[in-house]
Amino acid sequence: MSVIANLFGHSPIRPMQQHMKAAVHCAREVLPLVEAMVEGDLPAISACRARIDSLEHRADELKNEIRSHLPQRLFMAMERRDLLEILNRQDSIADVAQDIAELADLRGMHVPPPLAAPLRALAVRSVKTCEQAEEAISRLDELIETGFGKREVGRVEEMLGELARLESETDDLADQCLRALFAVEDELGVATFFWYELIGWVGRMSDHAEAVGNRIRLLIAD
Amino acid sequence: MEAWVSEIPLVVWLAGFLALYMAWGIGANDVANAMGTSVGSGALTLGGAVLVAGVLEFSGAFLAGGHVTDTVRKGMLDMDKVALAPELLVYGMLAALSSAGTLLLLASWKGLPISTTHSIVGAIIGFGSVAFGIEAVAWGKVIQIVLSWITSPLLGGALAFGIFRLIRSLILNQEDPIASARTRGPYFFFVVFFVIGMVTLFKGLKNLHLDFDFATALLLSLGLGVLGFAIGSVFVRRVAAQVAAGEDENRRTRGVERIFVVLQILTACAVAFAHGSNDVANSIGPLAAIVNADVGIDMVKQSAVAPWMLALGGIGIVFGLATWGYRVMETIGRKITELTPSRGFAAELAAAMTIIVASRLGIPVSTTHILVGGVLGVGLARGIGALDLRVVGQVFISWVATVPLAALLSIVFFYLLKALLAP
Repeated sequence: MSVIANLFGHSPIRPMQQHMKAAVHCAREVLPLVEAMVEGDLPAISACRARIDSLEHRADELKNEIRSHLPQRLFMAMERRDLLEILNRQDSIADVAQDIAELADLRGMHVPPPLAAPLRALAVRSVKTCEQAEEAISRLDELIETGFGKREVGRVEEMLGELARLESETDDLADQCLRALFAVEDELGVATFFWYELIGWVGRMSDHAEAVGNRIRLLIAD
Repeated sequence: MEAWVSEIPLVVWLAGFLALYMAWGIGANDVANAMGTSVGSGALTLGGAVLVAGVLEFSGAFLAGGHVTDTVRKGMLDMDKVALAPELLVYGMLAALSSAGTLLLLASWKGLPISTTHSIVGAIIGFGSVAFGIEAVAWGKVIQIVLSWITSPLLGGALAFGIFRLIRSLILNQEDPIASARTRGPYFFFVVFFVIGMVTLFKGLKNLHLDFDFATALLLSLGLGVLGFAIGSVFVRRVAAQVAAGEDENRRTRGVERIFVVLQILTACAVAFAHGSNDVANSIGPLAAIVNADVGIDMVKQSAVAPWMLALGGIGIVFGLATWGYRVMETIGRKITELTPSRGFAAELAAAMTIIVASRLGIPVSTTHILVGGVLGVGLARGIGALDLRVVGQVFISWVATVPLAALLSIVFFYLLKALLAP
């Protein structure tokens, strides 16, 4: 009825933040999963996978909802293209976590002892990178509220700097993890390939997190 | 029945009733659009908004409602031609009120975005063309009015864009927004007081016989602005101290927004006043034309609209606000919570300034459309999370469709009323 009331579209910012929360929650569940793989506790691995599956499902629902509420006619303070790219990257975090859980569960992955420590360190750092990206995403509404004020932009930029640093640390840890893997590849045989894949995925979560950060950088560039 | 009651002709009763109905509709819908932004931002509670709107809409209508009313009453038709057959003007204006009233009903039933201003203008063009001939319509004035429907939202948008950019660069986008607000906030108070002063003082209070010329009004308004600056300084200092003491570092913008709450309440008052002075004409213009024609006063030389008519319009608006408008306002307020006080202030100040200029020129404009322009302007300055541009289409339809529809309806009503009432 009222033109003025119809003028205000639903801002996707809060749903985006919820989606990121769900996606990073998926990533965080990889930590108990790694512990279960170290223990070789198959029921615990299955339980972790079930949790990740349901969280990923929730993230998917949120993603679809956001997409269907982002019609072309919506005019936003942040560019639609950037937001969609961020959404995709956030979603990839959840997807990769799901891939890890799926492989771990289907193949009943039991971490070889020399891999345990480097894999654990890698997973912890990768998840930390994702959490840092979540922190930056959680500032988006503040950014709009302050009209992209200097102080707020500066704070977000600081977060993004930290995010980039965490991501490169994750890369180093992934290298170390792979080096440990290749040291025992003869004993592992064909399993080497699957561990290679899994280690890559754990590291990739942080790549997606950094990509989220890079898009935020574009958003706040004035 | 008292003797004077039976002396008032039937047509005047009819016109009075229809005018009251129109005014009711304006109060029920348009006021809600004008004030809903303040409710949405939380600057005013629903009750506060109803009170402010009631008092200032009435004051605007009663004290400053004459200019635009004169345009609606006689500015759109060639009065020399009308003077040859004044009784046709009576039927015509009745038809215009009926047509606009019907559209109003249709709008509230079907939820169509119809502007009362546009329907009245369309209706007068409609009956004017058939009653006195196409050439009797003052097309120059009509074109000026219709053009203003494009230019006024654009002007409102540009002003809002500029005002919000100014707020952003001077206050929000500073290292320490609170400190900047403390030094620069009072200047915004100065501007708002000055604008409100110019609105009311310069030719605004004719009905109170306080007719200041431009220089006097300017001087008095400057004085008012300085007063505003002083009040603003005290106020801003207090809010800033509270914010600095109580709130955490991360949420400082909320504190700055609190400074804009008061500014937004002030501009809400200005919008309500300007809206009352512009939109009362939609209901009272036709009534005034009918009364003057019927009582046989020389329409061309008639100088002013009678105060009782403006009061009638004002009462109708307040009544519409009290019976229905507050509900619409509540809905709007709930839907637009994203509009913070600084944004609401920018949009409203821009709208108030635009409507005031239009009113002074005697041009009936749509307050709602100007506010839409203002909000879009703030959005263009990256001030609002998401805006639905479908509304721009609605606004366009409202002014492309409403005018012909109102014209057609008023032609039908004109022939009907002529057949029924002509002796």
